[in-house]
Amino acid sequence: MLVLECPYCGVMADESDLHGGGEAHLKRFGPGSSDDDFETYLFMRKNPKGVHFERWRHVSGCGKWFHAARNTMTLEVYGTYSAQTYEPPQDIIDAVKAKHPEWEGYK
Amino acid sequence: MRRYSAFAIAREGVRYHQGWERAWKSPTPKKKYDVVIVGAGGHGLATAFYLGKNFGITNVAIIEKGWLGGGNTGRNTTIIRSNYLQDPSAAIYEKARSLYETMSQDLNYNVMFSPRGVMMLAQTHHEVRGYQRTAHANALQGVKTEFISPQKVKELVPIMNINGPRYPVLGALWQERAGTARHDAVAWGYARACSDMGMDIIQKCEVTGVDQADGKVTGVQTTLGDIACDKMAIVVAGNSGHLAEMSGFRLPMESVALQALVSEPIKPCMDVVVMANTVHGYMSQSDKGEMVIGGGTDAFNNYTQRGSFHHIEETVRALVETFPMVSRLKMLRQWGGIVDVTGDRSPIISKTPLGNTFINAGWGTGGFKSIPGSGWAMAELVAKGEPGPLAAEFGMNRFTEGRFIDESVAAGVAH
Amino acid sequence: MSTRLANGGRLIDRSKVKNFTFNGKKMKGFEGDTLASALLGEGQTLVGRSFKYHRPRGIIASGAEEPNALVNMGEGGRFEPNQRVTTTELFDGLTAGSQNHWPSLEFDVGVVNNYVARWLPAGFYYKTFMFPRAGWKHVFEPIVRQSAGLGKAPDAETFDADRYEHYYHHTDILVIGGGVAGLAAALAAAKSGKKVMLIEQTNHWGGRAPVDGGTIDGKSPTEWVDAAVAELDAMDNVTLRTRTMGAGVYDHGYVTGYERVADHTPGDGRPRHRLWRIRAGKIVTATGAIERPLSFAGNDIPGVMLAGAVRDYIVNWGVSAGDRVVVVTNNDDAYRTALAVKAAGLDVPAIIDARPNGGGALADAAREAGIRVENGKAIGMVKGGKSVTGVTLCAQQGEGGTLEEIKCDAVAMSGGWSPVVHLWSHCGGKLNWDEANAMFRPDASRPPLGAKGEGFVIPAGSADGEFDLGAVLENAVKAGLAAAGEGKMAAPKGEAEAEAPMTPVWIMPQGAGPKKRMKMWLDYQNDVKVSDVQLAAREGYESVEHTKRYTTLGMATDQGKISNINGLAVLSDALGQPIPSTGTTTFRPPYTPISMGSIAGEARAEIFQPIRRTPMHEWHEEAGAYMEPVGHWRRPYCYPKQGESHEDAVYREVLNTRENLGLLDASTLGKLIVRGPDAGKFMDMMYTNMMSNLAVGKCRYGLMCSENGFLSDDGVVARIDEDTWLCHTTSGGADRIHGWMEEWLQTEWWDWKVYVANVTEQLAQVAVVGPNARKVLEKLNAGVEGGMDLSAEALPFMQWRDGKIGEFDARAYRISFSGELSYEIAVPASQGRAFWDALIEAGEEFGVMPYGTECLHIMRAEKGFIMIGDETDGTVIPQDLGLNWAISKKKEDFLGKRAQLRSHMTDPERWKLVGLETLDGSVLPDGAYAQGEGVNENGQKVVIGRVTSTYYSPTLKKGIAMGLIKHGPDRMGEVISFPTVDGTNTVIKARICDPVFYDKDGEKQNV
Repeated sequence: MLVLECPYCGVMADESDLHGGGEAHLKRFGPGSSDDDFETYLFMRKNPKGVHFERWRHVSGCGKWFHAARNTMTLEVYGTYSAQTYEPPQDIIDAVKAKHPEWEGYK
Repeated sequence: MRRYSAFAIAREGVRYHQGWERAWKSPTPKKKYDVVIVGAGGHGLATAFYLGKNFGITNVAIIEKGWLGGGNTGRNTTIIRSNYLQDPSAAIYEKARSLYETMSQDLNYNVMFSPRGVMMLAQTHHEVRGYQRTAHANALQGVKTEFISPQKVKELVPIMNINGPRYPVLGALWQERAGTARHDAVAWGYARACSDMGMDIIQKCEVTGVDQADGKVTGVQTTLGDIACDKMAIVVAGNSGHLAEMSGFRLPMESVALQALVSEPIKPCMDVVVMANTVHGYMSQSDKGEMVIGGGTDAFNNYTQRGSFHHIEETVRALVETFPMVSRLKMLRQWGGIVDVTGDRSPIISKTPLGNTFINAGWGTGGFKSIPGSGWAMAELVAKGEPGPLAAEFGMNRFTEGRFIDESVAAGVAH
Repeated sequence: MSTRLANGGRLIDRSKVKNFTFNGKKMKGFEGDTLASALLGEGQTLVGRSFKYHRPRGIIASGAEEPNALVNMGEGGRFEPNQRVTTTELFDGLTAGSQNHWPSLEFDVGVVNNYVARWLPAGFYYKTFMFPRAGWKHVFEPIVRQSAGLGKAPDAETFDADRYEHYYHHTDILVIGGGVAGLAAALAAAKSGKKVMLIEQTNHWGGRAPVDGGTIDGKSPTEWVDAAVAELDAMDNVTLRTRTMGAGVYDHGYVTGYERVADHTPGDGRPRHRLWRIRAGKIVTATGAIERPLSFAGNDIPGVMLAGAVRDYIVNWGVSAGDRVVVVTNNDDAYRTALAVKAAGLDVPAIIDARPNGGGALADAAREAGIRVENGKAIGMVKGGKSVTGVTLCAQQGEGGTLEEIKCDAVAMSGGWSPVVHLWSHCGGKLNWDEANAMFRPDASRPPLGAKGEGFVIPAGSADGEFDLGAVLENAVKAGLAAAGEGKMAAPKGEAEAEAPMTPVWIMPQGAGPKKRMKMWLDYQNDVKVSDVQLAAREGYESVEHTKRYTTLGMATDQGKISNINGLAVLSDALGQPIPSTGTTTFRPPYTPISMGSIAGEARAEIFQPIRRTPMHEWHEEAGAYMEPVGHWRRPYCYPKQGESHEDAVYREVLNTRENLGLLDASTLGKLIVRGPDAGKFMDMMYTNMMSNLAVGKCRYGLMCSENGFLSDDGVVARIDEDTWLCHTTSGGADRIHGWMEEWLQTEWWDWKVYVANVTEQLAQVAVVGPNARKVLEKLNAGVEGGMDLSAEALPFMQWRDGKIGEFDARAYRISFSGELSYEIAVPASQGRAFWDALIEAGEEFGVMPYGTECLHIMRAEKGFIMIGDETDGTVIPQDLGLNWAISKKKEDFLGKRAQLRSHMTDPERWKLVGLETLDGSVLPDGAYAQGEGVNENGQKVVIGRVTSTYYSPTLKKGIAMGLIKHGPDRMGEVISFPTVDGTNTVIKARICDPVFYDKDGEKQNV
């Protein structure tokens, strides 16, 4: 039963108050994109063993979507941050690197 | 291989069972195999078995990072059914179900296939229509199912409360020849048969890299050294994405935890398997007497084989509602497994971007019931290099084309 | 035979007698007894039968680890199988019965399995019962099932008479276990001022220390415990709970606590169990240790008990296991039992110590007390059937040749102690093998990791592998301080006799042959013996998980608490590898079984799930509506009159609505307001059609697709003002679509200036439908100043207006889902019921009747309108349904547009929507498939389409249907075949036709 801090309202929210939304920082491909790009956008997933960036919604709270950097092997949470960004903020990347110097980045 | 029988037990009993031989050998890996199968779970072992039995390919290694049958094969709720809606699903699950019927005899290992019947409860009008649709589809697919009345449901499952105040039972989709089997025995039976055919089952051996040349696989690097191969089959539920990454491609797939639990054993009280999808829970009684209970998946990527407790609560609540007597049983043990879920929640049995490399993955919550059918179809794909009819629709390319096999249509929203 | 001693028993109150029955026999115990101590006090040493061989079983332990003594308890709505007598508090009127035998406990037919046990080794069932093929299901499996299982199943028709509840609790520190270690850890942690919770599974504090003796800070353990509890109790930051077990440790510091509130006071009105859902910053596991049996032949005969338990029964409850108790051990602790037995005035014929050099100070004390001590010796076998009559003495190093036979009626055994590491391990804490004490103990360097990647479980005391009283207390204080992250406290000084080292003994005697090994029990409940584990190893089931599953070792209701270590030691020996290489099986929650009732909590029956009610909900119920669940709503399916079938009611409602006036409670329809300068742009992305150009005051039917292209919802959109749109969604779709809009606005187009509000529950909505619709509304408006003009000219079809209707603040939409003249009128939810009542009253002269969802369905089907969930199922795109007119060609982009360009989506072979009418006027079955020619490569009959909606049309007096058919729209007039599944093997022929069956030109709605 995870606990994630909602970066909007500051609440430490139980997983049962949240809705998981899958991989974060996907780039949307619409009309005009190639079949491969569109397939990648909709279906291909990193699904990493280890550091993962994902979307959550504080659905039974403030209703806001946010992002979390989390480890899928240990369930450690490196931090949560606004959903309104194209890439993880530096402090989150630093937090991950501090624990996993060998980490190759989120892309 | 010395055959198992009542006679063999009688003979061994006299000499305190000192004469039994190993069920499967524990060889050191050879330098090279025709086929390396990564993953000695039910699907990997079944693939190996049918490679040998149907195609005579026995220079095969099955590599397992842990112990054989230790993944989802040994963690599921053992349900076997084939009452699927879409043609490709019904075909492969029915193939699997029919192979389960004779598996004990085919393997000379009692996997305790028990065709005790599976029912899926309809508790909304929408579900009634959905299951009537499935019954019609199944009739044309050659899958024997029927839609039964609430009274018949009660006759078959006396412990059910069909008149609950919130979701009274309106009927059920009933598959009489569906049922359960002893999950570990399926893996062990296949392992014994594969070993007997001369295949090498190599446990505690983790694949750490995939060797390739000219766009084709040439071998695998493992914790026990490099092993060369002509073909590779990736059959590693819960780790498919990881192996795909080593092989240089991505999958339309995510790994999540699926939980199950058992009660303490009690005397027989339920002879069939019941699935209640409106309230999200399913239950059967094992031969040991435990009520075997399963629910839904967690909502996040997870490799820990642990789930979140609130899912257990939801599942148990659903079952107490459906079977009030469950309230006075006790939960003995809960556990989790990691399942791979694809974009349409149907499996992938497919060629891959890497030559001579094949993948069988993404069975989600339906893995155990499909084991023999999946192995049969995968063996054909590996042997011939092209999918046969059972696997034809399960290629990875379907996601590019938008050609999905969606079994979750019952989840199409109600008015 | 066991008996109640004349004196002693620190936990019982002999002045308070409690009456109970066992197998119908009246018995007595005292307040403070467990059912176990009471049964032993009454001389009941035989309490059940084992799982496989139906061997006689007696009580072996005194706590949660007990594998044998499980009973059916209670009656009727309070019946429960598999109650563990050692953890059941005695109460007046308790009824218990033994399990797993027929016809009686003393004479059990199933024991025949025991006589042929030699031919029923581990996994025998995998090797036989294979012929004939049908034999397994029809012959063998029923026999196996009937002889397996344990307690009776509760009665199917008797509902649980008890209630259950959940508590939430947040704490900085949770200490699990109320022995001296837990108390010391809690004291150390609580001094920091942080919030501490201490839970203890039994009803008393102190754990084993008061039984084991020694001194703490110069006081007796009991005195120290009392003082510690008093001190904790006085602290505001400390919560204390007895009868509360730490059941499971989950990720991020989540713990389930299982409080048995009223198990010992059934029917007193309190909840029976309370499940605590605790979120703790740090967890201290002071869960103690469990004693291991020794594996000697006949170690399962009733009367053979764990040494610690024998001592517990004497000291805690004044009950002796027997008059002549042989003690057999590989460690010093069991000597305490011998001394306790002696002190109780009973005989200890011998202490059999497997260690060549025997014990230390405690052994000296035993000798001083006049007890015979045999070093380097073992039990060759236990004599007796349903009870112990004696043991044979042999050399531990030999094969078991009898040196002497010793008469006794009980055996107290100790194979050493194993820390209770379950809670440490649930969430991934790792273990080390401690060679000296032959046990797994927590590896402090590899704890379970919490949300911040920090260890969040800290073991304390015996649970951390410390057994000397002084060391336990020091360790516990350290754990408590570590949990608090601050503070200093001197550990209480614990003093007890120093113990000589133990020696691991896994088989007794060392050289026992196969015959003896077949009588050495490891798992008492599941009947797994040393020989079974050795067989598994021989057959290649080398992984500890394979062996567990092949032999069922540790899979019984005790989950192997006393058997696992012995089992894996035997396995390691058979494999010739050290124990750490074998490893352990996975520890899974719960620590001991917890009631399903407690997990389900309060939410059952009427409050199983929340119910959503429209403002008119009660009216529907009073009107006798037959309701159907739609999400969490309850909607009227129809309103049957006295003696009317549902079917007849529906047809009446259809005809009446078409001919007179019908009212539908449409309040459940989703109502979302989309507002802002960029709302038009946003609406154009969400809907397939153009919404930005919808004129203020007008309505438009719209479609929404998933990004994967599939139709997901539909509804009428109204343009409210320049910046505002109101979107109607399906009833089931309101929350989903609201979430969907938020998701896009927050995560993709966050710079767009748009707000979305879900106002579904703010408004009550009524569909006023039928030729008299305008009349009834105008009647309400009669004489009302400023009443809304509802004429065709003032409010044309597909437009809306705000205004007064009667005394109500209304928004009227001229939209129709039935094909009739229709107004959908929204009023504030607070006015909903009054508005409905007013319509019913005013409508009387116009033939008003309410109608339900099924009538709605039929009327829309007659008009060929699609229904989300019927015509769509998540695999259907708008193009399949002939809705191309609602897909904008001008827009560059909308959700789903790209997806609908993929090859399979544009495939001309896709099934398309058409109408279907049977040749004989009958109704096509729901879900029927149309059969084509031949079979596919998998041998399945080819299908060319399917029915999506099918009804009897009371208006047209025949069956009508819609379906998705291959090349359907090009095949108008063709007849296709739908095989039935009703067992008649008939095929229904239907002609492909236009899906609009009624009022094709829409004249009726547009008046």
